[in-house]
Amino acid sequence: MTTTGPTRSLSAYVTVACLVLMLPIVIVIILAFGHQGYLKFPPESYSLRWFATFFGDPRWQRALWSSVLIASIACVIATVLGFFAAYAFVRGDMRAKKLLLSFMLLPIIIPHVITAIAMYFLSGPLKLVGNVVWIGLCHATVALPIVLLILLSSLQGVDVNLERAALSLGSSRFGVFTKVVIPLAFPGILSSALFAFLASFDELIISLFLAGVRSETLPVRIWNSLHLQVEPVIAAVSAFLIGVTGVVLLLDAFVRQARQARLASYSNVR
Amino acid sequence: MTVKKSRKFSDATVFILPAVLLLALVFVGPLIWFFIQALASVGTPAEMLSYAWTIITSKAVVTALMTTNWISLMVTLLVLLISYPLACYLANNQGMRFTLVLFCIVVPYFTSIIVRTYSWMVLLGRNGIINQVLLYLGVINEPLALLYTKTGILIGMVYVLLPYMVLTLFATMKAIDPSLMRAARGLGASGFYAFTRIYFPLSVHGVVSGSLIVFILSIGFFITPALMGGPSDVMIAMLIERSVEIMFDWSGAAIMSLLLLFATLVLYGIYYRVTDVRRMMGA
Repeated sequence: MTTTGPTRSLSAYVTVACLVLMLPIVIVIILAFGHQGYLKFPPESYSLRWFATFFGDPRWQRALWSSVLIASIACVIATVLGFFAAYAFVRGDMRAKKLLLSFMLLPIIIPHVITAIAMYFLSGPLKLVGNVVWIGLCHATVALPIVLLILLSSLQGVDVNLERAALSLGSSRFGVFTKVVIPLAFPGILSSALFAFLASFDELIISLFLAGVRSETLPVRIWNSLHLQVEPVIAAVSAFLIGVTGVVLLLDAFVRQARQARLASYSNVR
Repeated sequence: MTVKKSRKFSDATVFILPAVLLLALVFVGPLIWFFIQALASVGTPAEMLSYAWTIITSKAVVTALMTTNWISLMVTLLVLLISYPLACYLANNQGMRFTLVLFCIVVPYFTSIIVRTYSWMVLLGRNGIINQVLLYLGVINEPLALLYTKTGILIGMVYVLLPYMVLTLFATMKAIDPSLMRAARGLGASGFYAFTRIYFPLSVHGVVSGSLIVFILSIGFFITPALMGGPSDVMIAMLIERSVEIMFDWSGAAIMSLLLLFATLVLYGIYYRVTDVRRMMGA
């Protein structure tokens, strides 16, 4: 590419923008490794002190386990139901497909505050506040649209003729799923499960209403302490959450790469 | 034979039922139940309407609606201006540069909103890093009030919503044939002329859908304004949360929620008309 004036200033702009975009993430990670008892940048000395506080404090531990438990429940429900729904969208011929899809994406469009209050309103009388399975189900509704969006494009890549062939060779409907569709869509299913987990793991507003004292999640505990006083341990917890995001993105990149390698080997066979 | 085969697949429609059931029971059901119950407790339909009117015209709600609109418009405009060149760069670069820029957009995108808000609180505080740097450089003589102001809310929200716009714009710009720009330049158009007459018009679709999605998400925003705004910067979602958490006023919350829900659904309806919903969130 020739470096004309506009291109060069665009490059400069993009560089600055990227630095600003990464700045908050990087700063939090650096602060998390600071040693002193208050937030200071740059830290005077570095240690793992605040990570030790995070992993040593039973209340933070409980919050971590609540988060993991709820996110796992939400991830399984959203991925399984989302997979079947995406399959129905790709293979089924229903009327008003686009309308139905846009309805199923509503949980990420409607402000979470409204959804959370409505769920909370119902949870009180039913004694469901603090129930991890219920919170997991509620999170699943928010994770479902993400699973759908990922799997729709992934299932579109599965050749319908392979399914027809399996059926005509005597495979059952179940066999078509377990031996053809799921293996072929597996990278997409993994990706969607990862992002469904992350969506629930990072969800704050629904948890804020539904968690009660019993099942406080990590984001809820961060929220509560940000309202009282900014403790340095929050930096360590935030760095941990950034780490979880990093792991998810890394795993997703691996999955994508594996899929591309497999697609390449397919075309070689052909 | 063909008919039989396609019938075999048309029954795939039933697989959508479990997901629809989940949404009906855990999402739509609670919403409808909440609205009916909270509004029925007010009294007869006539009483309900007059109550709704008092809520909607109350000073707190009118102010919150104005704040919400102003902040959402500003956020959408700022996000658009900042994102456009970024998306343009992404659409016209490959390899390492592309991956690096995409990385800088995607990592914040998938980081918890509470973490992103927290880090801006650390950066923008009175003794925060930005004030320290500016003081050190002698740009300012006393710390700027950034956190707990509208400026703080704008910075926080722009940061959170930026990736939606970049990814939407990128999808549109990627589809623009680069040879069109080359042809325009080859025929003697200036870079500016070619951009305003060729590139920008072809990207307008992305601008519209990106702006809609950012505005839709802005008007319902809660976490960032609640943590980064001052006492007078109350957005409608915060007012809804407060009326439940502090005042236990379910009916008031229901009326404000209906208002916000209505605005969201109307805008989502427009979004649905102008864009392919499958492209939402840059998937």
